[in-house]
Amino acid sequence: MSGRKTRGERVIRVRGLVNRFGAETVHDGLDLDVFRGEALGVVGGSGSGKSVLLRTIIGLNRPEKGTVEVFGEDVYRISERERHELEKRWGVLFQDGALFSSLTVAENVAVPLVEHLRLPEPLIAEIVAFKIRLARLPADAATKFPAQLSGGMRKRAGLARALALDPEILFLDEPTSGLDPIAASELDSLIRDLKSSLGLSVFLVTHDLDSLFAICDRIAVLVDKRVRVGTLDEVSRDDHPWTHSYFHGPRGRAAELQKAQIG
Amino acid sequence: MSTKLKAAVAADAPRLSLTEKDGASFLCAGGAWTVNVAAELDGRLSRLSLPSGESVVLDLSAIDSLDTAGAWLLLRTERALLRRGNRVETRGLSPVFAPLLAQLRAASAQAPVLPEREGAPAVAAFLARIGEMTLALLGRGLGMIGFLGLVAATGLSLLRHPRRLRLTATIAQMEQTGVNALPIVGLLSFLIGIVIAYQGSDQLRRFGAEIYTVNLLAVGILRELGVLMTAIIIAGRSGSAFTAQIGTMRVTQEIDALHTIGLDPIEVLVMPRLLALFVTLPLLTLFADFMGLLGGSFLSAIALGIPAQEFMSQLRLALSPWTLWIGLIKAPFFAVIIALIGCYEGFQVSRSAESVGRLTTLSVVEAIFLVIVLDAAFSVLFAVLKI
Repeated sequence: MSGRKTRGERVIRVRGLVNRFGAETVHDGLDLDVFRGEALGVVGGSGSGKSVLLRTIIGLNRPEKGTVEVFGEDVYRISERERHELEKRWGVLFQDGALFSSLTVAENVAVPLVEHLRLPEPLIAEIVAFKIRLARLPADAATKFPAQLSGGMRKRAGLARALALDPEILFLDEPTSGLDPIAASELDSLIRDLKSSLGLSVFLVTHDLDSLFAICDRIAVLVDKRVRVGTLDEVSRDDHPWTHSYFHGPRGRAAELQKAQIG
Repeated sequence: MSTKLKAAVAADAPRLSLTEKDGASFLCAGGAWTVNVAAELDGRLSRLSLPSGESVVLDLSAIDSLDTAGAWLLLRTERALLRRGNRVETRGLSPVFAPLLAQLRAASAQAPVLPEREGAPAVAAFLARIGEMTLALLGRGLGMIGFLGLVAATGLSLLRHPRRLRLTATIAQMEQTGVNALPIVGLLSFLIGIVIAYQGSDQLRRFGAEIYTVNLLAVGILRELGVLMTAIIIAGRSGSAFTAQIGTMRVTQEIDALHTIGLDPIEVLVMPRLLALFVTLPLLTLFADFMGLLGGSFLSAIALGIPAQEFMSQLRLALSPWTLWIGLIKAPFFAVIIALIGCYEGFQVSRSAESVGRLTTLSVVEAIFLVIVLDAAFSVLFAVLKI
């Protein structure tokens, strides 16, 4: 598989990753690179360790073996302070938004700004209002609590919070799961627009073929405890049974057809 | 800090200048316009005396990095200039950042404002708050009475069809609420016995009536403290667990699933807990009484020199036939209060995880409050009955 063309700076570099839970090995010698400005989609069956991979990269799950580097820093070997600096440069959208339930949407978005930067309060309010609008949430959502929002609005609010500090990498854990197709494709186009205008690198974990087609430059398929990486064309020609049935099953064909009609 | 990170953070400083040339103002922005320096930029922009009614050129050609916060500051400045009646020409932005600015312009066609949280005058807000709390309290009371009725109806139908009772669940709950609570109830009662015996004997010694410490223990622990302590421990231990368990099931929609499968959550979840506590609380009380007396006799033997035999014979004199029963008879009532409140508050959980914590706290407070109120009511009742 390709993936070795010159693409500029590596923002994420994973080498020899091994993750084990009890007797079960989830990743075994996994290597992965993400380059600046690209969107990498990670797909794989349920339980293949997609979310574990994401959690490992952002430092929430210490791997048994292997190294994880983000911006050239080993996530598990740097000091607390360096971690802090690193965390300012990425934003994470968790599966259900992971908004703080005791804070309003506006307060949620303000948390990273208040924590990491010394900004005057009116400016924080302006930036927050701006991000909320950027995530295409209605203005009256700002004063609502997460429990009062629909699933799609929670994800948008989570996205607004992930974007609060203008990160260089955006991690997305199944951003479209649980959304209706219209909301899902809106979110896809929002992410794609943000990626191109902000120059974000995107690490996207998904099941959603439409998201893959809409957003991703390269695709990593998690099979047999490792990833096979390539462009959409390369990966969909891969003859691994899981990959084949994923891309050429009824849903894969439908998404491809749609893509062909649009593009 | 490593050099790589430092380089990213300390990119070149932002620049900003306002000059005038040939009757036009030039506002030149350069360097890094990013969120890291947004505070500085904000301050400098607000100190700038912007022209009015002129033609202004917003020259962005020297900007080499831009993010949404910086872009927002640019947009805000541009708008402020337009508001002052200037003709504004924005130029020179590197094509790299053009899509960013375009998208942000689209996103903020109207100036974004956060809606204010509603605020009322202090007095009105205070009164409104009292009113809200009163209504909420009344609503809770009504809800609880309704729940009591629902449970009673389910209980009656279980009496007619006893085979529908979940025996396994009930016995599992008995183990949880009863057997597993033995150590903590026993230890605390033992210590309470020691404390009462010590404090009592200290006072009674002045009259040379140390032996009446035994009477004090017998009446104090058997009539009141044994059952009250047990109820309070169980409210904290099992009542809270009921709320948390049922509340979590609400959050994960398990209660809804029960409904759709045709199972009655009251029958499946509430009845086993209620029955289990109904049986175990009196038994735990009996155990607490025993341990309390044991603690008292332990201290009497050590500190007062009353040997166990003398303690026993004095105890026999101190006890009336009713002493033990007056304590024990309250236990089933307390059990019902704790189980009902624990389960009721569990069902009040909305779909947010946060409400589980809030209602668990509430259920413990309410249960202890009502247990003590009922205990006081029992005291009045027994006083009237003269027992």
